[in-house]
Amino acid sequence: MSADIKFDQMLDAKGMSCPLPILKTKKAVEALTKDQVLKVETTDAGSKNDMASWAKRTGNEILKVEEGSGTFTFYIKKTA
Amino acid sequence: MANKKMTIIASKGSLDMAYPPLILATTAAAMDMDVTIFFTFYGLEMIKRGNADKLKVSPLGNPAMPMPVPIPTLVAALPGMETVATMMMKSMFKKHGVATIGQLLELAKEAGVKLIACQMTMDVMGYKQSDIIDGVEFGGAATWMDIAAESQVNLFI
Repeated sequence: MSADIKFDQMLDAKGMSCPLPILKTKKAVEALTKDQVLKVETTDAGSKNDMASWAKRTGNEILKVEEGSGTFTFYIKKTA
Repeated sequence: MANKKMTIIASKGSLDMAYPPLILATTAAAMDMDVTIFFTFYGLEMIKRGNADKLKVSPLGNPAMPMPVPIPTLVAALPGMETVATMMMKSMFKKHGVATIGQLLELAKEAGVKLIACQMTMDVMGYKQSDIIDGVEFGGAATWMDIAAESQVNLFI
């Protein structure tokens, strides 16, 4: 499934706790150009909701979220 | 569209209570909000030069603090217990990938969070402006109120 989504940059935020995954994601997305995609991996169980709120607030788009064995993978398109 | 705004009054200087203002400030900045933190009373400890990572937490008067074994209040009052509790909390934070207070403060500055130190409490506690880290402005209640009146989120911590 994940092979469907192409990404331009990858961010490993595994093992980090709130608010670091969000702060790192913000920085990584800022470094992209519009319409590029960032893949982020986290292990923070709160990050699923946090990432959705962050994307909503900043106007970026989460294309897909994958969950598996304690890891969350987000594909975020820079739309803002 | 103008950014939303948030202010936080940071009034506590223990290790545990230094976290909420800095976590919320850095997160709000990452969510495109304009953030101001007003440091007053013990909150000033966070922005004293070289002090951010020296804050302590005390088990005394804090029955909610999780301990490996139950600690009677009188034992919690013994010399060294504060150091033990502080070391315990710091190692728990590290194990869980939580940033230090110093790191969060740097991230806040980097994200453009406005830092204001309360001049009145600085005077009362005998702190000079040179005792405070770079990049901090100095003001009083009116300075905060002016920004707070135009903010959507205002917190006292």
